[in-house]
Formats: sequence, C-alpha cells, structure tokens
Amino acid sequence: MQHQIDDMKPDLLKSIGGAQTLAALDEIRVAALGKSGRITALMKELGALQGDARKSAGQVLNDFKNEIVRALEAKKAALELAEMNAKLASQTMDMTLPARPEETGRIHPVSMATEEMLTIFAQMGFSLAEGPDIEDDWHNFEALNIPKAHPARQMQATFFMEGDGDKILRTQTSGVQIRTMENQKPPIKIVAPGRTYRRDYDATHTPMFHQIEGLVIDKSTNLGHLKGVLLEFLKLFFETDDVQLRFRPSYFPFTEPSFEVDVGGVLARNIGREWVELLGCGMVHPNVLKNCGLDPDEYQGFAFGCGIDRLAMMKYGIPDLRPMFEADMRWIKQYGFLPLDVPTITSGLSLNGGHKK
Amino acid sequence: MKVSLSWLKAYLKTEAGAAEIAGRLTSIGLEVEEIIDNASKLTPFIIGEIVAKDRHPNADRLNVLSVSTGTEKLQIVCGAPNCYVGMKSVLARPGDVIPLYNEKLEKGVIRGVESMGMLCSEKELGLSEDHEGIIDLKTDLPAGTPAAQAFGADAVIDINVTPNRPDCLGVKGIARDLAATGIGVFVNVPAEEIAGSFKSPVSVKIEDKACAQFLGRYIRGVKNGPSPKWMQERLIAAGLRPISALVDVTNYLTLCDCRPLHVFDADRIAGGLVVRAAADGEKLLALDDKEYTLATGQLVIADDSGVQSIAGVMGGIPTACRAETTNVFLESAYFDPISVAATGRDLNIVSDARARFERGVDPASCARGLLDATRLILDICGGEASEVVSAGAEPEGRRDIAFDFDLVSRRCGMDIPKAEQAAVLKKLGFSVKKNIVSVPSWRMHDVAQPVDLVEEIVRIYGTEHIPALTMRPESLPTGILLPHQKREVAVRRCLADRGLNQAITYSFTDSRLARRFGSKGIRVANPIASDLDEMRPSLIPGLLAAVKRNQDRGIKDVRLFEVGPEFLSHAPGDQRLVACGVRAGDCMPRHWLAQARAVDAYDAKADAAAALAAVEAPQAQVYADAPAWYHPGRAGSMKLGKNALAYFGELHPLVLKDFDIKTPVVAFEVYLDNVPASKPKSKLQKALKLSPFLPVTRDFAFVVDKDVPAEKLLSCIRSVNKDLIADVSVFDVYAGDKLPADKKQLAVQVVIQPADKTMTDDEINALATQIINLAAKNTGAALRSA
Repeated sequence: MQHQIDDMKPDLLKSIGGAQTLAALDEIRVAALGKSGRITALMKELGALQGDARKSAGQVLNDFKNEIVRALEAKKAALELAEMNAKLASQTMDMTLPARPEETGRIHPVSMATEEMLTIFAQMGFSLAEGPDIEDDWHNFEALNIPKAHPARQMQATFFMEGDGDKILRTQTSGVQIRTMENQKPPIKIVAPGRTYRRDYDATHTPMFHQIEGLVIDKSTNLGHLKGVLLEFLKLFFETDDVQLRFRPSYFPFTEPSFEVDVGGVLARNIGREWVELLGCGMVHPNVLKNCGLDPDEYQGFAFGCGIDRLAMMKYGIPDLRPMFEADMRWIKQYGFLPLDVPTITSGLSLNGGHKK
Repeated sequence: MKVSLSWLKAYLKTEAGAAEIAGRLTSIGLEVEEIIDNASKLTPFIIGEIVAKDRHPNADRLNVLSVSTGTEKLQIVCGAPNCYVGMKSVLARPGDVIPLYNEKLEKGVIRGVESMGMLCSEKELGLSEDHEGIIDLKTDLPAGTPAAQAFGADAVIDINVTPNRPDCLGVKGIARDLAATGIGVFVNVPAEEIAGSFKSPVSVKIEDKACAQFLGRYIRGVKNGPSPKWMQERLIAAGLRPISALVDVTNYLTLCDCRPLHVFDADRIAGGLVVRAAADGEKLLALDDKEYTLATGQLVIADDSGVQSIAGVMGGIPTACRAETTNVFLESAYFDPISVAATGRDLNIVSDARARFERGVDPASCARGLLDATRLILDICGGEASEVVSAGAEPEGRRDIAFDFDLVSRRCGMDIPKAEQAAVLKKLGFSVKKNIVSVPSWRMHDVAQPVDLVEEIVRIYGTEHIPALTMRPESLPTGILLPHQKREVAVRRCLADRGLNQAITYSFTDSRLARRFGSKGIRVANPIASDLDEMRPSLIPGLLAAVKRNQDRGIKDVRLFEVGPEFLSHAPGDQRLVACGVRAGDCMPRHWLAQARAVDAYDAKADAAAALAAVEAPQAQVYADAPAWYHPGRAGSMKLGKNALAYFGELHPLVLKDFDIKTPVVAFEVYLDNVPASKPKSKLQKALKLSPFLPVTRDFAFVVDKDVPAEKLLSCIRSVNKDLIADVSVFDVYAGDKLPADKKQLAVQVVIQPADKTMTDDEINALATQIINLAAKNTGAALRSA
C-alpha cells in the first residue's frame, strides 16, 4: 500500500500545484477521489486486507487521502482568489470621475440673522410677538405719539394704501408695541421681527427692509437695563467681546429719552470707522403707555428697533443692501447658509461647519 | 442745518475747534453729519519761515531762500515778489500734492540751483484765486506747525437737527445747547430798543386764530443793495444764496435765531395787511416763481387787493423787495404749527420758514425778531423806522413742571445729585425753584412732561454714565417661536435641504402681472415704481420675475423659494403666510451617470408634500384642480375637505408669457396658515414594535380607464385591510399600443405585513383576491392577463 502511495503522491501533488484553473483542479480531484479515482480504488483494496495489516494500511491511506484533500482545498482557495482578483481588476473604474450631483439650497442671510437674534433673545427671556404689514394710522403713528401733521411723519417716507387713507405699509415694527400692550398687561418682554416699508431707494435703502423691535415694560426697567441688554445682545450676535456702545441722544416721538446707538470696536474698525450707527431706542414715552391703557406713573420700560438687514450685512460681510431682495442665484449661493447650519448656543450661531459648494 | 464756525462763535465764547465742537454736538443729540473744512485742504503742508534770502545767481527775478521747517533748513528757489526774511508762509515739500496742479511736488533744479520745496500762493492751495504772491501768514506759530492751524479757514458744521428741536434751527439755539455742556459761554446781547418816529401807514389785523400775534413796522427811505460781506459769508456757508440786503436780513434772522420774518415792499401793499383764511381758489405767485391756488382755510396774509403771502410758508412776488425798493413793511408773527404744516404739505412747498413754524418757533420771539431785523436794516440800508403796529398777543410762553428729581434715577438707572440736575437745566435756560421747573419759551414745543426734563439732564450730563445692567430671565428660557413661526423655520430648512434657494422678494408687485394671480386690487397709492404698485396676491410673480432675471444672466436652472405673506385685503392682519417655490430648467444638471431631466409637475408635488410634512400637516387628499395660473392639466391641489393646503404643478404658458420666460416652470404654494394646528404633544414617542414576521410583497398589473386617477385605485387597495396592508405604491404606468386607446395600466406593489402570525399562501391569495375584487368594483380595474 505504502509503495503504491509513494508511487502516486509526488505526481499527484505536483499536478495539484500546477493546476491553472478551477476546472483543471476539479478534474484532478475526480481522477484521485472520484468514484473511479485512484485513491478511491486503493480504499476499495483495503477490504481485501485483514486485522493489523488492514488497520495499518487504512491509517496510511487515510493520511494520504487527507493530505490530498487539503492540497486540493488550498489550491482551490488560491485559484478562487486569483480569479476574483482578476475579475476585480477588470472592474476598475475611474474614481476621479465626478459623483452624482446633489443640490443643496441656501437659507437667506436675513432669515439666518433673524433666527440668530431670536436664539439670543430667547436666552434673555424675551417672548415673540408680531404685527401685520399693512397697518392703520393708529398703530403706526397716532398711538406712538405721532399725531397727524406732526413733523416726525416726514422723517419716514410712508407708503399709503390706495382708496383707504387710514391704511399704510408699516414704516417700523413699533406698531407691534401698541398691539402687544393693548392685549397684554405688564410685565411685557417681547421682540418682534418683520418686514417694514419706506419709500426710499438708493445705495443704502430699499423700499422694503426688516426690523426687529424690542419692548420691555414693567415697574422698574430703566435705561441701564436697555444698555445692558443691547450690549449683551450685540456681543452674542457678533460673537465678539470687542463691542463698545455709544448712546447718542436723538429723537423718536414714542420714546423719551431717545437714543441712536452707535457701535464701536471691531465692527466699526472693519469698515474703517470709529463708530457705526446701529439702532434706535429709548424709554417708552408716557403718552404711548397711556394710549395703550397703561398708567405711566405705574409702568415704565424701554423699546428698541434695529435693522436686521444691516446687522446681517455687518456680520456676514455683505457689501450691498439691494441684492438682498433680487434673488440672484449666484448671490444666494455665496451669502446664503446651508440648511443644516442651525443657530445654537452650544456650537455658535452660524457657519457651524459644512462647505458650501 | 449748516453753520460756519465763526458764526457759531459769535454766540459761543470758546477756544474749541470744529472737531471738538462737532463731537460735543453729536454727544448731546445734535448729530453732526459732516464738518466741511477748508483747512483740511492744507493737511500735508507746514509753516515754513524764510531765514535767509539771496539773489539767484542766474536769474534776476528769482531768489534763493533758506526756509526753516523747524527742524532743518531747505534751499528753495522762489519767484514771488513779496518774500522777505522772517516771513512765514505755507511750505510744500517734495511728495506733497499741490491742489492747483494735482501733482506731487518733486525736487528740482531751477536755472542751475537746486530747489527742495515750494512756498505756495492761495491759488496753488485751492483757497482762492489770489496768485499775486506767496501766502504771508503773519502768524506767531513756529515753523513746522501744520499750516492749517495758521488759517482762520472757517469750518462749516452740518447738523442733523431732529424735529423736536426747532430752537436749534437757529445758530443761537445751538450755541446755547453747547454752552450747557461747558465747552464755552453763551453770549447773547439783546438789541437796544428803537423808538419809532412815525406811525406805520400799513395797519395789521388778525382774522384767524391760527395767528396768535402779528407785529409789524414800516421802514421808509431804505436803500437796498448787496448785504455786507460777513452776512453773505454766513448765509453762503449755510447753503443760502445772498439776494439783497433786505431779503438777506430776514433769512439771516431765520437761521440765526429761528425767527422767520417777511419783508414786503410797502409801496406795493394796497391798504392794510390782514391775516385770514384763504378763500377757495385764491391765487398767489410765490417767491419760488410758482403760482399756487389756495384752498379754503389755508392761512394767508392779504392786503386789499388779495393774497400777498402764504403765512409762515412763503411770500409773494408782487410785494417782494427789489433793488429800487425804498419803503418796506416788516412782518414778525406767530403762526400755529399745525396750520403751517398742513398748508405747506398740501401745497408741497418746502421752505426754511415752514420748517421752523411747523416745528414751533419761540412764542416770545416776535418782538425780538422785529427789533433785530429793524436794527440790521437801519444799519445796512439806512432809513427810518415807524412805531410798531401790533395785532393779537404774545402766545403763552411759560410752562411749569412739577419735577421729582428722583425720576432720573428711576428711568435711567444712574444717580445724579439734584444740584447737578438743576445746574444742567439752568444752563439750558430752565429755571428751577424747589421742585418746580419752568420751561423757557423757546422749549415750549418739546418740553412738556417730567420725562422730557429727564432727557435734558441725561443728554447734557452724558450718556456714557448710564450703567449697563444685566437683565436675566426669571426662569430658564424655552423655545419662543410662535407656532406659525416654527412652521416658517421648519419649512425654510426643509425646502433649502431639497435644493431650493431662499429668496426674499418685495411684498409689492406689478399690478399688470398680478391680474393673473387672483389680484385683490390692493394698490399702493404712492408706489416707489410703477411696477411695484400692488400688494402681492401670490408670491409667484415675484419669484417668476427673479427666474427671468436669473435666466437673462445665463443661469438656466433656477430653483427658488420664499416664505412670506400674501395679501387678501387692506385690513391689517388680512394676510397669510405662504411657502412658495419655483423650479425652471433641469431638475439636475447633465451628468455622465444620468440624463438631464427637465423639471415637471411631480417635482413641485414632491416639494409641496415635503413642505406639508415639515409642518406636520395631516395627510391631505390630492385633487386635479388648481388656480388659473397653473397648467389646466398638469397641476393639482392638496386639501383637507374644502381647505386647500397647497397647490402645485406647471405654470400656465400665458403666465410665463407675461414674464417673457421661454422655459416651462413648475411651482407650488403651501398655505401654512391653513394647516390645522397640531395638537400639543408629549415628546415621548410611541414604543417601537418590531414585527417578528417577514413582510410579503405582491405585484398587480391593473388596467383601468385612462381618466381614473391613480390615487383612487391606491386608496381603494389600502382600504381592503388597513391592518395588513402596510404600503401601496405604483412602480409603472403604461399606455400605448398594447392596450386600447382609452386604457392605461398601473403596476402596483402591495406590501403585506402580517400582524400576529406568518401568513399562509392561502391567506395571502385570499387577500389578493379581495384586492382585485374591490379594485374591479370601485375603479373598474381589470387584472392584466399575462
């Protein structure tokens, strides 16, 4: 038996090692281990032996068979791998070709700025209010201590509605102050963003723009609180501590005293100035409180109104106001924000990662 | 209000310069818009002193000077005849730009002698036309000092005076406010009384209570001519054109003391003057050369022949002073601010007089103004003044306010000692007796309440003293967006994520374009442009205009959306929030992996559905109806009963034609306000139940009539067994040769999710049979034979 095995083994192992294809390997397997294979034939011969001879010959033959099976399996795995590698090589594609396009839109910077502002004011405990774009004379002027024929009406170029002299497009979000105080008793602490309209069009004015109004009414809120709130708001909004404020006395009929607020620091330096005019504010005029049915001897507080578009321009480096409302795709792609760039206090208000394509 | 520094300093004794004064003005609420400073033209130049002078060796008319700059001596060749040793002039050094030539000065060699700079004439510096010689500064300032300092160059300060401060529409008022800050001393010497030497031949009478007081004076024997140089300089600096001495005097006092006056040519007045309401249709050729037709009630000054002046607004040409005028009648009156404002606005006349009367002049200023004007006319034009004629009485010019000095602390959060508060008020002309503060006559129009006094104190004391106090919320903040604002944010983010770019367009649109969008005719009476004259009835026209603009700039594929109001009527609040989007061109750009695909109505449908999902709208029914601005066969609506939540589809070609857009455009409008409020809900989610049983998929090919909406078939299948049928979808639609012309085939995939046990084939087949039967019954669908 051993002799027969020794005769067979070198050639068999050699032919296994030399097999080029899985089919050739299988032919070798069948010739050795198939029904009429040579090793199968040897197995059959065992039946003729007896006792210890059969036992020892069986052992030898079994070892030989196992060795061949292992050799066949190893070769098969090697051939299969080679075959797969050849196939994969043939599947090669040009990975520098562009992937399927995906279009991601943008959020308008004015909306982004508004969301950022509301995130901050929410932190500071403000609620939200709002008012209509078409206003009546009472809410836009009269109740705000701007009687008819008052020269202050000339300060704002008003759009009037045709056929109804009482209706105008709101020139300021301040009308929301009135609507809020008419419907709610103090303490009041609200902000109100919205569209506003004035009949102006030049490099720094568009006939429609956005304001955010703030109003706080209780029994003790004073100018110091106004200064503190504005300072904190601006530092958070512009995400810098380098903010100085200058309260410049001014005049609005609905506040007394009234101030224009200029901002200094990095924001002004960015545009080569010492101060930049930013917003108007003041302590709510007693006449306005009276007009809303509140006792000015009991209640007091502040109001401010601020141009959202201007703040957005300053924060995001947008040089010109007018394209904001022209919907030029190139402009929106450049200055807009990714949809998942959501303002949060934890990661910052905007530009929180993500490349714009 | 423009005022020259020298004019201001006539009433404010101060050493401060223009910049310091301007800073102070801005800090107290008189915002300086600009300092127009001729001295700034001299910025690079310094004072040079001639320390030696020698004849030029090669030229008789030239001198070789040694000029000290304070630190060194420069050799300069100079041809000016007026130079002398010890003279200080304006020195330009190499590199300085000479304004006249607008060129940089370079070192030069003149007739063989090196010259290291230039001494300048006024003309060379752009200061005047004087080129006779170099400037002789005659100054004590040392060589090397910036030349501007040696110039009395009069800066002009342009102040933005707020409407509440008519007193600061006069130079004296500005000086008084400045003095209160401690920058100088207010100087105001009242003119000496002038006794009249005869009775005025012109009488005055008031017939309308809108004029409280009317004072006048006749001055005879005047000689009109140009006003003196000092007056002309001040007027020119203020932006006025000098006209003649008589007119300039009244303009001068208007600007100097906020005291508008009028001077009539007395020889052209017929009879006496009366202040009365105009009768409808009366006319006046006014000083601006325009003829105005007056309306009933407008206040005028008339003589026996008719209207001669629009009271407080503008005089008339017929009685205007001319060069040959020899007798004049001077008017100083007080007109009601509201009356002047209304007349000026209705007649659309802008004048210095109107600006002051409508804001409110000093009620105590009639007599003062008359006296000052008389003085100036007598001094400049000579003549003889009559006694004063008078009608009416000086209006109330005093107001007492009971003032609690603690109010400053309560309203401003800072403590200013009472004595300091009182001192500020006194410097501004208020008088303070205990807690009673009396308002001076010139502040009657804006100081009425204690809070007005607080403002006076704060602005003069200095706003930099206001502390910055923190204002912490009483409880920790939560989300503050109102429900529909949350929707606005959600829908914005959703649509941007779908590849649409957010636009913000004007709320007004073109009425000619609006008519196709269900125009409500809400017009703006005074639009900024004729194509922005109607409040938009839809957001689509604004976005289509943007599509057109983008396409004109070569951007073919336009994807835009806007979330904003559309308007339903004039009534405040009658507007609704809409999310609207448009897509034009290809849905995706051409790409090697896929063909470009033009946008179609189903893109708009997907956008609308996504927007509704983003705002948690309930599942809406889809119908094939949409407003007229959509394609009649390629648009639809999403509704809850009759409540339309959204429209979507291709836009009508006639609409696109209006905008001159050549490519198809699809659009959607989602009415966020129509979406029912979702119930306040817990953030707890329903527990996830994972079925242990595999879902089974069955496909059906149904043939139905062409006009059967797919949704009808799908909802019919869903209704067969809502527990078991998890999903129904269409994976193919076919109409063509293999089917009758009036038929189409819908290939439907039904996903069956067994609930409590694995389903047997029999059970699944039974369900399939139910589906086929109900589809046949409800939609006439036949299962297509293979």
